[in-house]
Amino acid sequence: MAPASPYIGRPMTRKEDPRLIQGLSHYVDDIQLPGTHFMAVVRSPYAHARIGSIDTSKAKSAPGAVAVVTGPELHGVIGVIPCAAQIPDMKPAFREVLATDKVRFVGEPVAVVVASDRYAAGDAVDLVEVEYEPLPVVVDPEKAIAKGAPRLYDQFEDNVSYRWELEGGDVAGAFKAAEKIVSQRMVNQRLIPVPMEPRGVVAEYIPGENQLNIWTSTQIPHLARTQIAAMLNFPEDGVRVIAPEVGGGFGAKLNVYGEEALTAHLAIRLERPVKWIEGRREHFQCTIHGRDEINYMDVAAKSDGTVLGIRCRVIADLGAYYQLLTPMIPTLTGLMICGSYKIPAVRMEIIGALTNKMATDAYRGAGRPEATYFIERAMDLVAHDLKKDVVEVRRINFPKPKDFPYAVPTGLTYDSANYQKSLAVVLKMSGYTKLRAEQAALRRKGRYIGIGLSTYVEICAMGPSSAMPAGGWESATVRIEPTGKVNILTGSSMHGQGQETTHFFEPANFTFPFGAHVCVVEVDPETGDVKLEKYFAVDDCGNAINPLLIDGQVHGGIVQSVGQALFEEAVYDSEGQLITGEFTDYAIPRAHDIPRIRTNRTVTPSPVNPMGVKGVGEAGTIGATPALVNAVVDALAPFGVRHVDLPIKREKIWRLIHEASKSAKPPEKAAAKKSAKAPPKAASRKSSKAKARRK
Amino acid sequence: MHDDYFADLNFFPRRVNLLRLSQCFPGEFTAGPLRPEAIMAVDVEVRVNRKEHRSSIEPRLLLVHYLRDTLGLTGTHIGCETSVCGACTVLLDGKAVKSCTMLAAQADGSEITTIEGLAATYTGNGNLHPVQEGFWEKHGFQCGYCTPGMILAGAALLARNSRPSESEIREAISGNLCRCTGYQHIVDAIDYAAKKMKKSKR
Repeated sequence: MAPASPYIGRPMTRKEDPRLIQGLSHYVDDIQLPGTHFMAVVRSPYAHARIGSIDTSKAKSAPGAVAVVTGPELHGVIGVIPCAAQIPDMKPAFREVLATDKVRFVGEPVAVVVASDRYAAGDAVDLVEVEYEPLPVVVDPEKAIAKGAPRLYDQFEDNVSYRWELEGGDVAGAFKAAEKIVSQRMVNQRLIPVPMEPRGVVAEYIPGENQLNIWTSTQIPHLARTQIAAMLNFPEDGVRVIAPEVGGGFGAKLNVYGEEALTAHLAIRLERPVKWIEGRREHFQCTIHGRDEINYMDVAAKSDGTVLGIRCRVIADLGAYYQLLTPMIPTLTGLMICGSYKIPAVRMEIIGALTNKMATDAYRGAGRPEATYFIERAMDLVAHDLKKDVVEVRRINFPKPKDFPYAVPTGLTYDSANYQKSLAVVLKMSGYTKLRAEQAALRRKGRYIGIGLSTYVEICAMGPSSAMPAGGWESATVRIEPTGKVNILTGSSMHGQGQETTHFFEPANFTFPFGAHVCVVEVDPETGDVKLEKYFAVDDCGNAINPLLIDGQVHGGIVQSVGQALFEEAVYDSEGQLITGEFTDYAIPRAHDIPRIRTNRTVTPSPVNPMGVKGVGEAGTIGATPALVNAVVDALAPFGVRHVDLPIKREKIWRLIHEASKSAKPPEKAAAKKSAKAPPKAASRKSSKAKARRK
Repeated sequence: MHDDYFADLNFFPRRVNLLRLSQCFPGEFTAGPLRPEAIMAVDVEVRVNRKEHRSSIEPRLLLVHYLRDTLGLTGTHIGCETSVCGACTVLLDGKAVKSCTMLAAQADGSEITTIEGLAATYTGNGNLHPVQEGFWEKHGFQCGYCTPGMILAGAALLARNSRPSESEIREAISGNLCRCTGYQHIVDAIDYAAKKMKKSKR
């Protein structure tokens, strides 16, 4: 039970805001220590190559340059980039902070220069001459794990990082008893988190005290401190890591990067502060990527829609090297693959693939957006193949509130839920029955509206808990000052969520926030354009502490899902060049792409912590992508389209419609029987859209 | 002091203390040649937040670096290298411009308002500009990094359109990327400011 308080449940503005709206806060690049020198990184232009000679003479004598450092001199001096994930038998694909004999992805650091100002550092980078011997590149993860693929590591026999399996219940029996087996290959594409502030570090060394102060745009200052100290073999109590104002993270800054150790190392050597600020192109290439899973999924179902079991074979594209949690993220997909359904049998096989790309790691949702996408698309496919209603198929398979705590065959126990209630609320809120009637009427006029549903659950509160064997305990100190004021010191590190305003505590187990979303789109069959018309979100985060902040998190997460569904994709060409490496090519949603999002809440307190809270920061990013994709597929149902791969781009839709039209009787002809006006209506709709754009 | 940033390379070539690191490094570093900053300087005169500045700068110095590094006004942020994100938005002679896409030399003779100077343009007595207040009241930002640019884009909109519709607001800020908010509370914040400014009729 949440303690009674006049503040809980009320929308409250944030204490931290005044400095941020007046430009008075300090992000890492705003920190200006006297005598600061600037580090810049020489990066590989090749995705796979052996390094020959490196000529640093011109760079060393460039105006303002004070140091140039290459990989071989740091081998054994700075430790490898840390990976805290341990999957049985995973290959040790760890990376040195500067490449020594080989580079394995475009952007891999090869050398660093230090100069008196950032422009001089940029000039000196261009003067470092590196000889490369290009090697064959592999970027397709399925090709990478197949026989005969170019091997990234001479010491490994193939590019398989690990194989991970999970099985619960009688899977063979489920598929034997199935009255229908629904199968689909699904792609959850590679994304780039893109916080608005790129990364950056300022390192300062105080020799007399052997003290290292590091300001870094990070989500994990405590972990970074431990790891950087270890990488440098520096006494941990002499290292202080400070997270200044952090301009967004989304998991991209939940990591320890080579540049953090490099700036610190150089600050010690040069005995002057060293600053490194990431450029945006560097960020796209060299800050962790997200998602990137291919799933071959089979669902065993009865003809009434009851799901008896599921089988998945996932190929996870990890990139060339591990960062902090790289191999672990896809296993979270395995744990949550059953979603909000009572599925008695599940088998999940994950193959981690090494490719000539940047590492993947945790990006908002970390494995659960993938799981939710797979299971929510699967439920729509079951409905499609069995000619059932998408709402009814979900209802038939929901566990009931009294079934909780509910043991899932993946090994988790869901804490509390009422999936029926959140679904009912969103259906009412969206006027679902009316939407379906409107859809039918518009189809007869040659317009294609789609209505998509997602009923998601996700796993949260993965900090300190008795369910997790590894450390990371939260702690707090309460100090009462002589003036009577109370000082609370906690370890939480904020990057936009408003923790200076909200309470914190330690949960006893995982929590499982859930919700139901409905989205309405219109697809233009002549251009493949998808317009997001309406979005309704019902989210249950347990007891709601600050509704204003909760809405902010939900909106932000949903819009990132819109990005995944309709706009974003990290694309590497066959030479391993990242061709979506700037905002000009990698499109994140803008204000005019999004309609007003209607939000609501159900409240199902979690029994596992005294506040009854579940968490909400990732819910929107987890729940919304499947609602959007389900809506587009629903819009294209009259064309016989059953599935569209992420991301849903105009060309894909156009091709699907035109391929379907070739093989089947086009729906316009069927509609023409009822209305002879169908073709002209399409033309007039196009011109009214053009008029709207000109406004 | 900030105006002399590029001239003030007030250090002497030093030997790095190798006592702790001597096992690791075969050589030692001395500082490279000083920057020949005097060779290609350009003089600029700019009025920023109602204060005159005269500076001697490199021709290639971007306006955003001039504001942040030379003048120390770090409220304006850098989010990209391709003039897309809008985090660097300032008001130049009343118009919203992306300061990463201008050279400081191009701003010679102009009047610039950054986020630090916005409140003074409205009330002159230290209170917040209504757009800033809207961002606070309506939770119009989370991490705050896009926020200065977003606030100035909002202020520029309201200067030319005092009663924008929701779609007009969304169009006006479509040159400013935000990854945190999903834009809805930003729209609410600018709408709040429009109503407040209309009420006080300034």
